Amino acid sequence: MIPIPHYLTVSAILFTTGAIGVLMRRNALIMLMSLELMLNAVNLSFVAYARLHQDMAGHVFVFLSITVAAVEAAVGLAILLTIFRARATVDVDNLHLLQR
Amino acid sequence: MDATALLESTGALLPHMTVLVTGLVILTLDLFLTPRSRYLNEVVGLIGLLVAFLFTLSTTGAPRQVFMAMAVVDYLGAFFNATFLLIAALTILLSASYVRREGVSAGEYYALILFATTGFMFVAAAADLIMVFLAIETLSIATYILAGLLREDPRSQEAAFKYFMLGALSSAFFLYGIATIYGALGNTNLVNVAQALGQGNPSKLLLMGMALLIVGLGFKVAVVPFHMWAPDVYEGAPTAVTAFMTAGPKAAAFAALLRVFFQGFTTPEVQPWDPLFAFLAALTMILGNFVAMAQQSLKRMLAYSSIAHAGYAFVALVTHNALGASSLLYYLVAYTLMSRGAFTVLMVVARREGPLYAFDDYAGLGTTHPLLAAMMALFMFALAGFPPTAGFAGKFYVFSAAVQAGYYWLALIGLLTSVVSVVYYTRVVMLMYMREPNGAQPIPRLAPTTIAVLGITAVGILYMGIFPGGVMRLAEHSVAFLFQAKM
Repeated sequence: MIPIPHYLTVSAILFTTGAIGVLMRRNALIMLMSLELMLNAVNLSFVAYARLHQDMAGHVFVFLSITVAAVEAAVGLAILLTIFRARATVDVDNLHLLQR
Repeated sequence: MDATALLESTGALLPHMTVLVTGLVILTLDLFLTPRSRYLNEVVGLIGLLVAFLFTLSTTGAPRQVFMAMAVVDYLGAFFNATFLLIAALTILLSASYVRREGVSAGEYYALILFATTGFMFVAAAADLIMVFLAIETLSIATYILAGLLREDPRSQEAAFKYFMLGALSSAFFLYGIATIYGALGNTNLVNVAQALGQGNPSKLLLMGMALLIVGLGFKVAVVPFHMWAPDVYEGAPTAVTAFMTAGPKAAAFAALLRVFFQGFTTPEVQPWDPLFAFLAALTMILGNFVAMAQQSLKRMLAYSSIAHAGYAFVALVTHNALGASSLLYYLVAYTLMSRGAFTVLMVVARREGPLYAFDDYAGLGTTHPLLAAMMALFMFALAGFPPTAGFAGKFYVFSAAVQAGYYWLALIGLLTSVVSVVYYTRVVMLMYMREPNGAQPIPRLAPTTIAVLGITAVGILYMGIFPGGVMRLAEHSVAFLFQAKM
């Protein structure tokens, strides 16, 4: 059996990868995917800890967080779509109307 | 949990349910409305908020946990509910003419405002970290959509995107924090977290979780250095939504901070994050005020001013005394009134959403529109903290709390930055009274709803400034239970 700290390490690596992706990538779609990666990394943590504590609450949290992630993805894609319609690109470097 | 317990819990959260149902009713009702009967949206919304307010008033007794210790009903939650309902009601009133002018689909707009308000109220009622997360998501997702409401306007799109990206990023940090705390303790109930921390020598895992929570909530409050998104978002979002965002989500995040970091930690011992909070508060006050001074657009200036005011409210969080907690509540109500008033004038004077809310629009407003100018002057003086306004009383209480807790340097920074803020607030007043009108288009007659907002906010600011005792006593009463056990 794989010991639990291994899961937590993978989760931390995934979370960091996602955070770096959101902050460094310039393509809005990839940023959105990185965001999903972060949320799923947290889910992995939740189940690993739930296993550690022999507690079901962690599993329930995962379902809640999956739901929230789905809602976020829907809203995020909708916002992206309006941007794409107006500018025909989802490169965030083109979003600079609000910086003086 | 059986059916009776479920019904009882739902009954205990009637104000929240009322707002949620009102939102759903508006969403359905809007389908059947003709352009002439559109005003029914606002009427239904306001009635729903009033009913929720009446339910809130009926809160009595000791704190009691509902929904299997997921939520708690107490006076603190009731005070926050009243504040949120006030924010929502004023937003509906000030949006009435705005929605028509900009051609926003009214049904969705008001429904989203009410859904966000439901989120605020659940944050204030949360007794478990996962509940805080869900409530914050409810309000955030509604506000992301509101920020992008003017779908065709590239500025609104950009604001929505930036708000969404950083908001979702902060939510991920917050959730990771919850997972880490869950790992350290095996559950996420706020009372248990407080107990574990109160025993001293908290584990590294627990502290790491708390740090992640601070990052997540710091983004929501827009405290420096997590504020980068705020000026852009506040500037690009539709003005009515900006007015909503600078008060609502911020007050809700403060409610979360109070629940997570204050409840149970009222002992005088220094908590590990106190120096950090003090540092963040100082940084926020300094940066917010100094950058606000350099702005060329009034809307962007108000955005930075809202960051600065979050800094003042943050000072109250550091103190760990009863005065600090009640002054935070007082300050949130005061700021709500002041910023609502200022944004309403901004919307009236700007006439249409444009790229720049120039200061020049205000030149000579004192001669052309004396009453409007007088109102704006009042709001500016209140934001700067002149007596006898709510802004003065709020700052006075916050700084007294800081002095009482021994944070003299923090109170001093607060005072000095307030002096700096006078410069940019009085600039608007100077323009209105000292400059000749520049022949701009006359402002159309004000809608009755707009006049109502200006009246309510102006009277509220003066009342809270001249008789601060009334609201302050309510605030003290609301936080009293936090301190009872310790005294």
